[in-house]
Amino acid sequence: MTAALSIHNLEKTYDNGFQALKGISFDVQPGDFFALLGPNGAGKSTTIGILCSLVRKTGGSVSIFGIDIDKDFAKAKQQLGVVPQEFNFSQFEKVFDIVCTQGGFYGMPRKLAEERTEKYLRKLGLWDKRKTQARMLSGGMKRRLMIARALLHEPKLLILDEPTAGVDIELRRSMWEFLQEINAQGTTIILTTHYLEEAESLCRNIAIIDKGDIVENTSIKSLLKTLSREVFILDTRENLEGVPDFGDFDGRLLDEHSLEVTIEKGQSLSDLFTHLSAQNIAVTSMRNRANRLEELFVSLLAENQQPADKEADV
Amino acid sequence: MSPQLIWTAFSTIFRREVRRFTRIWPQTLVPPVITMSLYFVIFGSLIGKRIGEMGGYSYMEFVVPGLIMMAVITNSYGNVVSSFYSAKFQRSVEELLVSPTPNWVIMAGYVLGGVARGLIVGLIVTLIALVFTSLSVQHIGITILIVFLTSVLFSLAGFINAIFANSFDDISIIPTFVLTPLTYLGGVFYSIELLSPFWQALSKLNPILYMVNAFRYGVLGVSDINVAWAFVGVLTFIAALSAWALHLMSHGKRLRH
Repeated sequence: MTAALSIHNLEKTYDNGFQALKGISFDVQPGDFFALLGPNGAGKSTTIGILCSLVRKTGGSVSIFGIDIDKDFAKAKQQLGVVPQEFNFSQFEKVFDIVCTQGGFYGMPRKLAEERTEKYLRKLGLWDKRKTQARMLSGGMKRRLMIARALLHEPKLLILDEPTAGVDIELRRSMWEFLQEINAQGTTIILTTHYLEEAESLCRNIAIIDKGDIVENTSIKSLLKTLSREVFILDTRENLEGVPDFGDFDGRLLDEHSLEVTIEKGQSLSDLFTHLSAQNIAVTSMRNRANRLEELFVSLLAENQQPADKEADV
Repeated sequence: MSPQLIWTAFSTIFRREVRRFTRIWPQTLVPPVITMSLYFVIFGSLIGKRIGEMGGYSYMEFVVPGLIMMAVITNSYGNVVSSFYSAKFQRSVEELLVSPTPNWVIMAGYVLGGVARGLIVGLIVTLIALVFTSLSVQHIGITILIVFLTSVLFSLAGFINAIFANSFDDISIIPTFVLTPLTYLGGVFYSIELLSPFWQALSKLNPILYMVNAFRYGVLGVSDINVAWAFVGVLTFIAALSAWALHLMSHGKRLRH
């Protein structure tokens, strides 16, 4: 099957000599919901910039649905929709005009562009704002406006660069649902985000990029299986009068109503509950101390630290 | 892209440009009307009466073609440099750069947008001029062609200025320090026959002199220069500036990293 996106040995060295990408390679399969994660400055935005022609690569190859961007970038761009991190529309144009005009840039007849503009503005809850100048919109509305604009030519591959940054929880959830809906309809989605629970909830496969290198490229399920330990916060029904006996588990008292317990690979949560029940401690609720993906992400980046970096940290 | 898709992309950019300058008409269409009306009143009517004839015509009749051309030049240039730089500044130019629209279509859309404003302002100024004097166009073909080509030329120049510009200061430097002096010294207000041979020769290095005189020839039938040279010059400049603009775009100059 032809990959939706195939990146091979992609390199980018900027004019000032900074090497942003050191020959990264990964594929994204059609229909996938793919997370491209990494800390600030890792190379995510450079990668996306190359895909949409705002950044020129200095080495390697990129194919979008089998179309080599070096051979026919215009055709490859027809398959691609991009929602950038920064707002990049005219603040003085009306919402409807911004979205509808985009159709023209993709050669879409005016009537079709108008129909699709209505369709996506309605889907994204912006139809009532269609006659409003973009500068009057809230941050969340501006992000939805960019999503509507990117979808107008109905691309097969949609790239979203931190689409939920600065968006409130309710809106973020509704955007997740919308993205899952269009993914279910067959659109391949690549997402960069700093909210790791977002990547864990939405994405099936993942690439983690750090300092211009891919440090992990696998499925989220496989990655989570490598988690060797998880830390849980347990809330108890009664007040705890002292530190309970944790037995083989590593735990500590946080306050009179909560405990923090580390479960190593091979240990069982039911054993822990049995052990606590024996001391008349009833657990009413439990949660991970941190997002599981976040723990892996941090550990992977730590492993990728160069010795020089570590010395510099001392 | 197929010709149909190219036409759609071009007409979209053109329509957006027209929508932009008509939306802000108090900034784009009214100021030249005020300025040119003042020129007509002060230079043409008040001072012009004391100057007498120039090139066989009253001073008002002589100065009108030059003032129309001045309005066309400044508005064509100003429209494109302002619009394209604003798109860069707001990053909305990325909408176009990430799309399959070819560079030459982007350039053509912006340039023709500048031409539209230049010609609309030129038409408005002409209508105002008719309040002060009568105009009978001698060579309609030359008149239309030279004003169109001049507008294309200065729209292209504005486009290149916008590509290089890094700040709003950068888009006012060329109009203030290059365009305005060349226009004022380009035979708008006087015939170069009034100048000494040295200044006449120097004036002939000013490309705007040729455009103004070609337009004046079209309207009045008189010119300080051979009109054919005006067309050769304008077409040469258009070809050179188009090639330069496309070269800058294909190399992503200040547009892509």
